[in-house]
Amino acid sequence: MHDARSTMRRPIGLRLWLSGGWVTLLVLGAIFAPLIAPHDPLYQDLFAGRMPPVWVDGADPNFLLGTDSLGRDVLSRILYGARLALTVALVAGVLTCLIGATLGLIAGYYRGWVDMVISRLVDIWMAFPPVLFAILLIAVLGTGLTSIIIAIVVIDWTRFARVVRAEAMTQGTMDYVASAQVAGRTRFGTMLTEILPNVLPTILALLTLEMGIAVIVEAILSFVNLSISTDAPTWGGMIAEGRTSVHQAWWVLVFPLITLFLTVLSFSQLGEGLKDYFDPVLR
Amino acid sequence: MSFLDVENLTLRIVRGPRILRAVSLSVDQGEVRGLVGESGAGKSMIGKAILGTLPRAIEVVSGRIRLDGTDLQTLSARERRRQIGAQVALIPQDPLTALNPVRRVGPQITNRLVDILGWSKDNAQARALELLDEVHIPDPARVMRAYPHELSGGMRQRILIASAFAAEPKLIIADEPTTALDVTVQKQILRLIKNMQAKHNTALLFVTHDLGVVSKICQSLSVLYAGKVIEDTDTRRFFAGPGHAYSQALLHATPKYTDPDDSLTPVPQQVIDAVEAEVAEFDKGLGA
Amino acid sequence: MLLMRSILARLVATCVTLFGAAVIVFFVIRVVPGNPIAMMLPPGATEDDIARLQALYGLDKSIFEQFVIWLGGVVQGDFGTSISLRQPVLDLVLGRLPATLELSIMALVIAVIIGGAMALTGTLRRETRTEAAIDVTGGMALSVPDFLWGLVLILLFGVLWPVFHISGRVSPSLDFDFATQFYLFESVLRLRFDVWADLVSHMFMPALALAIPLAAIIAQLLKQSLKETMHLDYVTLARTKGYPEASVITREALPNAVLPTLTLIGVQFTFLIGGTVIIERLFSYEGLGNMAIDAVINRDLPLIQGIVILFALIFTVVNLVVDMTYAALNPRLRHA
Repeated sequence: MHDARSTMRRPIGLRLWLSGGWVTLLVLGAIFAPLIAPHDPLYQDLFAGRMPPVWVDGADPNFLLGTDSLGRDVLSRILYGARLALTVALVAGVLTCLIGATLGLIAGYYRGWVDMVISRLVDIWMAFPPVLFAILLIAVLGTGLTSIIIAIVVIDWTRFARVVRAEAMTQGTMDYVASAQVAGRTRFGTMLTEILPNVLPTILALLTLEMGIAVIVEAILSFVNLSISTDAPTWGGMIAEGRTSVHQAWWVLVFPLITLFLTVLSFSQLGEGLKDYFDPVLR
Repeated sequence: MSFLDVENLTLRIVRGPRILRAVSLSVDQGEVRGLVGESGAGKSMIGKAILGTLPRAIEVVSGRIRLDGTDLQTLSARERRRQIGAQVALIPQDPLTALNPVRRVGPQITNRLVDILGWSKDNAQARALELLDEVHIPDPARVMRAYPHELSGGMRQRILIASAFAAEPKLIIADEPTTALDVTVQKQILRLIKNMQAKHNTALLFVTHDLGVVSKICQSLSVLYAGKVIEDTDTRRFFAGPGHAYSQALLHATPKYTDPDDSLTPVPQQVIDAVEAEVAEFDKGLGA
Repeated sequence: MLLMRSILARLVATCVTLFGAAVIVFFVIRVVPGNPIAMMLPPGATEDDIARLQALYGLDKSIFEQFVIWLGGVVQGDFGTSISLRQPVLDLVLGRLPATLELSIMALVIAVIIGGAMALTGTLRRETRTEAAIDVTGGMALSVPDFLWGLVLILLFGVLWPVFHISGRVSPSLDFDFATQFYLFESVLRLRFDVWADLVSHMFMPALALAIPLAAIIAQLLKQSLKETMHLDYVTLARTKGYPEASVITREALPNAVLPTLTLIGVQFTFLIGGTVIIERLFSYEGLGNMAIDAVINRDLPLIQGIVILFALIFTVVNLVVDMTYAALNPRLRHA
C-alpha cells in the first residue's frame, strides 16, 4: 500500500521543477524583453507578412518563429505579451486573493449576519457566467490594464471567499481556538494569530491557481478584442488573429497557444504542488 | 478427501512479514470447524484466501486450496470466482455494512441465483421467500421490498444468512458473524446458523475469537497463533484438556457463561514466549 | 414534509439570488459611458431625434424608474426591445437558447461518458500504471480551461487532420428547413440522419472542448468514491457471490459512488454552460453566448440584461434540479 503510494507521488517533484522552470523562464523573458526580442513587436512590414518559422521552407532567418499577416515578428510579440500577462497575473492575483480571502475569513470566523451577507453575495455571483461578466465589466469600464485587473478581481473574489470561509469555519470549531479565547485573546486577534496561519497554505495554493486563471481571462478578453489597445502585443490578440488565418499561417496561432498553454498549466501545477506540500496528511 | 482442503498456505504482506505460516486445515461435508485465535492471528485471512478476497497488499507465497478436489490456483481468476460463487458462501461479520444501502433486500438475496447460477427470476424469488421464512423473518414479502436501513441489525444478519444458504452452497465461511450484534441477538443467530447448517448439511468454517461459541456449535477446531496452526483437534477433546500450552492458557482466559464469578487468567508470558519461539523456529526453517 | 420545506426554502433562496443578479446587472450596465442611442442613428441626426429615440427605449427616465419598469416587464415576460437588432429581447434570446442548450447537453453527455469510462477503468486497474496514467491525463485536462482546449482541438482536428467542422452550427449548403431551433433534436425526429451527422460534426469540437475539464473532474471524483466503496463489506460480499470484478464495480459500487459525483456535476454543469460564451465565439457557433458578446460590444443594454438574466435562471434551475435528483435517488433521504 505504502509503496504504491510513494511511486504514484514521485512525479510531483518533477512536475514542480518543470512548471517552476517555465514560469521563471517566462518572467526573465518578460523582464528582459527589450534586450532579447529580435524585433520591435509593433513594427509592421507588409512585405514580410506570414513568413513561416525558420525550419519551414521559404522562411526568413530573421524571424525565428515567423511573422503574422502584418509582418510583425511572432517571437517578439510573445515576449512582450508575457509582460502584460504576468503583470495581470501578479497584480490581479494578489488583489483578488487579498479581497476574497479577507471576506472569506471574516465570514467563516465571525459567522452571523456578516456571513449571511457575504454568502448570499457569493451565491449571486455564482449565477453569472464568469466570461460574460468579465466582458460586460470591460465594456463598462473601458479597455486598459486597470480595467482588466478590476474585472478579474470583481469576478473571482468568490473563489477565495468560498474556500477560505469553509476552512476558517472548520478551524474556528477547533479546541485550540477556544483555548486561545479563554487565554484572553480578542476575537480579532484570535482570527489573525490562530486561524489565518492555518488557512494560509490554502490561500497560497489558491493564489498560484488564480494567477493562471488571470492569464487566461486576460487572453480571453484580448481574444474578443477587449483587453488593451488593439495592436498591443497580447497572447489572446495573437490567438484571435491566428484563429482567423489558421489555414494559411498555423504558426501565428500555434506559438502563442503553446506559450499560453504551458503558462496556465505551470501555474496550476504549482498550485496543486503547493497544496500537496502544505497538506500535513499527504506529506 | 474433505470438501475443503487447505494445505501449507503461507501468506505475506507484499515485501513484508508473513501473516499465515503453512496453515493446513480441512472441513468435511456436514462438519462445523471453528477457527480460533486472538485478533491479528490471521484467522480472517484464511477465509479471505479461500474466497479470493485478499487485500491487494497481501500475496500468497505458497500452499494449495482445494475445493471438492479442484485446486483453485489452477483456475483462471474469472473461473475461480465463478466456482466460489457457485459453491461457497460468506456470512459476513457486520450485517450493517454488508448489505448495499441503495438496493432493496430482495434482489440482494436473489442476484446470485439469477446472475451466477442461471435461475429464473420467479424461482429465485420463491426460493428467497422460502429461505426468509426458514430464518424466521416475519412477513418475508414485505422485507424483500425493504431497504436495508429500514431493518434492525439482527434482521439484516438473518437476511444475510438466508442469502448465504439460498444457493445451497457446499461450504459456508462465517467470519465472526455474531461479534457485531447485541448479546441477546447473538445467541439466536448462533442457534439459527447451527440449525440451518444441520438442515442443509453444509460444511461450515466458523471464524471466531470466542471459545464459548466454539463449544456450542463446532465439532472440530483449529487454534491459530501468529498465522500458525498451534492445535487441530475435535471440540470434545479440546475442552477436556487441550494439548498445547497456549490452547490451555487460551481456554483459561475465556469466560464461562455458566460461572460468572470464575476468575479469568490472562495468557501467561512464558506461554507466549514459548509460542513465539515456535513461530521464530518455523520462520528460520524457511530461511526468512 | 421536511423535504417539501427544504424545497420551498431553496425556491425562496433561488428567487433572492435571481433578484440580486438582476439588480447587479441592471445597475452595472447603466454605468456604461457612451450613448447607445447615438450609435443607432445615422450621422447628422438632431438632438430631437436622439431624445425621441431615448424616450422610446425609456432611457430618459431616472435609473430607479427604469429598473421598476424593466422588472415589471420581466415579471410579465417582457424583456424590452433589443437596440441593435430591433426585435423583442425575449424572441431573440429564446431563438438562440436551443442552440446553447443542445451544445451544453452534448458536452455534458460527452463529459459523463469520458469521465465515467476513466473512473471505471481506473478503479478496475487500481494501483497499476493504467491508473497512474489516468491520473496524469486527468490532472492535465483539469489544469487547462475549455478555451485553450478549444484552440488545441481546432489545430488538431480542424487543421492538422481536418475531420470536423470548426465553425458554425450547420453547413449552409445543407438544404433543410428547420421548423424549430432545436436542430439536433429535430433532425432525429424527422429521421434526417444526414442532417444530424452534419450538425454533430459541427458541434462535436466545441462540445468536446467544454467537456474535457468536466470529464477530468468526474473521473477524479468518481474514481475516488468508487475506490472508497470498493473496500466496503457489501462489495466484498458481491465478489464472493461470483461476479467478475467489472460487474462488481458497476453493479454494487457505482450506484453508491454516483451520488456525491452527481452533486458535483450539477455545479460543474453551470460552469460548463458559462463556458459556452467564449467557446461559441471561438467556434462561431450561433448560440446565446456568441450573441451576448455581440450585445456587449454593441452596448445593447436590453439584450445584455435579457441574456444575463436567462443565464442566471438556467444556473439556479440546474442547481435546484440536481438537489432534487439527489434527494430522489438516495433511498435514505427519500424515506426520512
